[in-house]
Formats: sequence, structure tokens, C-alpha cells
Amino acid sequence: MTYQFQFRDVLAYWPSLLDGVATTLMLAVTGMAGGVLVGILGGAAQLYGPRPLRLIAAAYVEAIRNTPLLVQLFIVFFGLPQIGLRLDAPVAAIVTLIVNVGAYATEIVRAGLQAIPRTQVEAGHALGLSGYQVFRHVVLVPALRMMFPALASQFTLLLLATSVVSFISVEDLFHTASIIESRTFRDFEVYTVIGVVYLAMALACRGGFALLYRLAFGRR
Amino acid sequence: MIRPFAWIDVLFLVAALRWTLALTGAACLGGGLVGAIVALLRFSRLAPLALLGTVYTQLVQGTPLLVWIFGLYFGLAIFGFPVDAWTAAVAALSVYAGAFLGEIWRGALAAIPKTQWEAGASLGLGFGHQLRYVIVPQALRIATPPTVGFLVQLIKDTSLASTIGFVELTREGQTTTAATFQPFAVYLTVAALYFALCFPLTEWSRRLERRLHAAR
Repeated sequence: MTYQFQFRDVLAYWPSLLDGVATTLMLAVTGMAGGVLVGILGGAAQLYGPRPLRLIAAAYVEAIRNTPLLVQLFIVFFGLPQIGLRLDAPVAAIVTLIVNVGAYATEIVRAGLQAIPRTQVEAGHALGLSGYQVFRHVVLVPALRMMFPALASQFTLLLLATSVVSFISVEDLFHTASIIESRTFRDFEVYTVIGVVYLAMALACRGGFALLYRLAFGRR
Repeated sequence: MIRPFAWIDVLFLVAALRWTLALTGAACLGGGLVGAIVALLRFSRLAPLALLGTVYTQLVQGTPLLVWIFGLYFGLAIFGFPVDAWTAAVAALSVYAGAFLGEIWRGALAAIPKTQWEAGASLGLGFGHQLRYVIVPQALRIATPPTVGFLVQLIKDTSLASTIGFVELTREGQTTTAATFQPFAVYLTVAALYFALCFPLTEWSRRLERRLHAAR
């Protein structure tokens, strides 16, 4: 084999790589924050809502979970303008990510809330806690504790999944790869470097969340 | 020439499903093989082998599938292996599925109490026979629901093969859109076809899970 690896050419584009990282992180954080909000509403709707609302929430979850993110993205970015709703690429990307994560978060929130046995709430009332105290100490904190690991791994999955937005020309980290590749023709090196950057972000997230979990819920 | 989105286009989309299914099937075989090796590695008593399995899982689960698809499709050529889109997509999906299936199956193996292994050993079975006659039949019941669930994930992930030009359902949707300029209808149809494929599997996985919990 006579191929000379040239990582230097690729790493020379580090400012572009950093821009890509910033965009990818922004997409993941915004998508997750919005998604969790949707998830809380959706989870509450599925558990406590009237029947029609419950059905709508269930249909939403199934529709999103059984179709690819890429196709959802194409529907929002290419499809919606046809019925009069034109969104810029970054906005379309964020909307799609929020709608997508929202469905998974709905399931997580529902499962978390369901995992609190009714008897626990009754026990709280019997101990003379106020309604707010019961909600906070008996329902919310233990439920959050249960949801946290699932939401954390959802965030890591989302961080990596955001790479599909490059196909509607949002300039995220993966899009940066194609730009560097077209200038240097160093395909192998480009995708290796990009892969390592994603890996570093994913591992940092995993470590960060583990630390956060221990700070928030550990040692009781 | 722009033509309307007609029934014939829907039929073409349905026909493209067979390539989505072929990708899923091939990735299942490849990923299943990799996954079995990873699960056994991670379950190994030899620390370096177990570490190798863990590193593989962390590495693959920490990088986007797209990086694998593009890396294999564009990157392998420099080593003297120019690959076509089908090979690159199947290889990338297998690498990816292997990490997730390995994790699922390792968990299922770990869920079988140690005493079951010991019971097998006390009957004079070797490691392979313990695995085959005692452990795997029990682990299979635990592993089936999440494996079917991951299959849904895999079907959806085959859509990424469209990005290197492999013609499966999503790519066929892009082609149809280019001819008809009806992206909304076309992509909704594409989504509906994915749904028709995935939803029954999701339901099946859920039912298996419920039965597993009921049996306990």
C-alpha cells in the first residue's frame, strides 16, 4: 500500500470544524429542550387527558417512532412549502428534531410517571403532606430520577442523529465534512476526524450526564 | 417534464420497498453475526477480550451511522477496495447493528443467574454446551422483544443508504419528487410505507414484552 495519510490537510480546517460542532450542539440542545417539553405535555396528555387527547398523543408517538427521521425532515423541509408553510433549513431542522424527540420523550415521561405507585401518593397524603409537597417529593423527584438515564441516552442518540440535517444543507458538523472533503479530496481522513469529534462529544455527554445524575440524585 | 404524482408512482415506491427489505435482511445477518461475537467477547472471562467488546460498542454507539456509511463508501477505496453503494451500506449497517445487538444480547446473557451455568457444569457440560442447551434457550426469551424493537430501528436506518445514492424507498421518493414536484404527497406516501412495515413489528415487540412480564 502506497497511500500517504494526510490528516494535516484536514485538521487545517479546524475553524470550520469548530463551527460545525457549535451548530451540532445547538441543534441537539434545542431539539432536546423542546422535545422534553413536548414529552411532558404528551406524557401528561396520555395519562391524564380526556380520551380524544389520549388518542391523538398515542397516534403522534406511533407515527413518529415508526418512520425515519430523514423522511420526517424531507416532509417538513420539502413538503410543507407545498401547502404554504415555508421554513428555512435550520428552522425546519429544529422543528423536525423537536417533533421527533418529543415522541420518544412522551414515552419516557409516561413510563416515569406511571412507575410511581398510587399507594405512594396516598402514603404521602396520609403523612399530612400538602398537595404540592406530595407532587414534588413523592411524584416529581422520583419520576425524574427514573427518567433521567433514558433521557440522557436519548440526548446522545439525538446528538448523533442530528447529522442527517446536513442533507437539507444545514451547516452542522457532518456538513463540514463534505466541504472539507470537496477541497482536500481526503475522504478517509475527513470521515475519521469527523467520527472522532462525534465520539468525543458523545463520550463527554455520557460522562457529564453520569456526573449530573450523581450530583442531582446520588447519595441519599 | 413534470408529470402528476399518479398511482404508477405509488407502485414504484412500493416496489422500492424490496430494496429496503433487502438492506434490512442483509444488515440483520451481518449485524447478527457481529452482535453475537460482541456479546460473547463482552461476556468473556478474559479481560482483554471483554475490553475489546466494550471498546467496539462504545466506539460505534458514539459515532453517527452516516459517518460509517460515508467513511466506508468513500474511504475504503484508498486501501484498494473500491466498494459499491450496496456493499458500503450493508457493511455500515452491519457494523452499527452489531454494536446494538451485541449490547442487547449481552444483557440477556447476563440476566441468566450464575447458578444456571453452574448447574450445567455440574451435569458435565462444557462451556459450548452450557451455552447452547442451558443459557441461550432462556436468554432468547429475554432478548426477543428488544431485538424485534431494534429491527424497527434498523429498517428506519436503511433510509440513510439513500444518501450515497443507493435506490431504496427514500431514494425512490427523491426521484419521484424530482419528476413530479409533489414532495408533500410523495414523502407522506414514503412515510406511510415505512409505517406499514414498522408498526406491526413495534406492536409485536410490545406484545412479546408483555407476555414476558406476565410469565414472571
